[in-house]
Amino acid sequence: MPEIMNTVGIWLGAFFTFAIFSFLYKDNPFYKLAEQIFVGLSAGYGLIYIIYAALLPNLFTKLATDFRGNLILLIPFALGIMMITRMVPKIQWLSRYPLSIVIGTSAAISLLRFLKSDLIAQVAATMINPFESNVPSEIVGNLMLIIGTICGVYFFYFSKKQEGIAKIPSKIGVYFLMVSFGATFGYTVMARISLLIGRLEFLLKDWLHIIQ
Amino acid sequence: MSLNTSTILERRIVYLLLFLAVLLPLLFPIGWGSDVSPVVKMSYDLIDQTPAGGIGLISFDYEASTITEMQPMAVAQIEHAWSRGQKVIATALWPQGPQMAAQSFEEAKRNPLFKDKEYGVDYVNLGYKVGGMVTVQALGSSFKDVYPKDSSGRAWDTLPMLKDLKNLKGLSWICSLSAGEPGLKDWIMIAHDVHNVPVTGGTTAVSAPGFLPYVNNHGQLTGLLGGLKAASEYEALIGKKGPATTKMDAQSVAHILILLLIAVGNIKVWVRKRNNAKNTEVTNA
Repeated sequence: MPEIMNTVGIWLGAFFTFAIFSFLYKDNPFYKLAEQIFVGLSAGYGLIYIIYAALLPNLFTKLATDFRGNLILLIPFALGIMMITRMVPKIQWLSRYPLSIVIGTSAAISLLRFLKSDLIAQVAATMINPFESNVPSEIVGNLMLIIGTICGVYFFYFSKKQEGIAKIPSKIGVYFLMVSFGATFGYTVMARISLLIGRLEFLLKDWLHIIQ
Repeated sequence: MSLNTSTILERRIVYLLLFLAVLLPLLFPIGWGSDVSPVVKMSYDLIDQTPAGGIGLISFDYEASTITEMQPMAVAQIEHAWSRGQKVIATALWPQGPQMAAQSFEEAKRNPLFKDKEYGVDYVNLGYKVGGMVTVQALGSSFKDVYPKDSSGRAWDTLPMLKDLKNLKGLSWICSLSAGEPGLKDWIMIAHDVHNVPVTGGTTAVSAPGFLPYVNNHGQLTGLLGGLKAASEYEALIGKKGPATTKMDAQSVAHILILLLIAVGNIKVWVRKRNNAKNTEVTNA
């Protein structure tokens, strides 16, 4: 039985791959079918997974096995119920309370972490002695790191019109930004080609057994 | 032929060429190699220099859609850690992570060198936990509180390799294979920046440029694997001709084609502009 299910799964995978690829020719019912099945399945999978991976083990099972010892869990339970009240127009205002708690806690936790890791540590990482290395390429790299960071940030300084000599660092900053956009584009191309490779490998290996 | 029809036709030709550029090298491999970049070597060195018996954690923060890029990294790192006598814990901040981890361990065990690796002794799959950064933060206090059971329901105390592990500080290294949020950033922010545990990572190629600044003199990130190319570099470092290496031919041919198409496109625009300028001159005369 598992063998048959595996084969059916592979054939379905091949069918949906072609159905999605058919959009490259033009929009058609096969593409629409594949797209809508994907959206529906993803939503269903996500819902069931959250029930089994989060709600049951973290809330319902604990309350069912040791209610008195887990009384504190009634607070998130109540907040969860309040969140669902969004679906009832008359009492949907209740959902604002759990939402505000989620936003407040997330913002507070993230603020501290981002401040330390993304601001302080990143700024500190540019405060280096560019000439501490004996390797010329590393010295050039260090200088580019410092100049690129300062000029790149300066480009986003809008409080004063950038003209005359003040325009030079801004112009250098633009060049650094352009190089960074180019690198990002290159990486994006690589990622998209990888997706195509993955699909073709599936067709050639798992479906047609042409390659090993 | 109208401009719109010709554009559609050109687009279809480009798709067809790209399809062939990827398909043919998969059918007839060329065997092009690629140099190892310093950031990949850093990641390799982190695992390589960890003493035998150390415990590494791989967080499977991706799902099936990015399996082509991420899975070869996972398998190569598991094999590398096992070859150095280390133990590997798998966790996941994404729902499909445990399945990805199980597949990676299975694939690594197909290597005859590692067929005897035993669950609970050499590796465990702790499973998915919702919460992202909050979960990582909780692991800083106690692993057992967050994961009282593994992904198959086995209790923490029945897994021998976890006997002495209390929290993140007990790990030799952490690697988040991350296709988005939550993922690598949460591990950097908590595991490295708070608990000072070395963190390395693997990302899809799209995300890689955003993480490169974390590979800095503060060691926020100890090396980075970005996309399929980095996975193939890692395979080269462990002396394996794995799935990433075989796919790099297709990747390289497709990139050459895209470069050619960009050049052809630019020439076409230049010719059109020149013709337009000539026509304007003739009309004015």
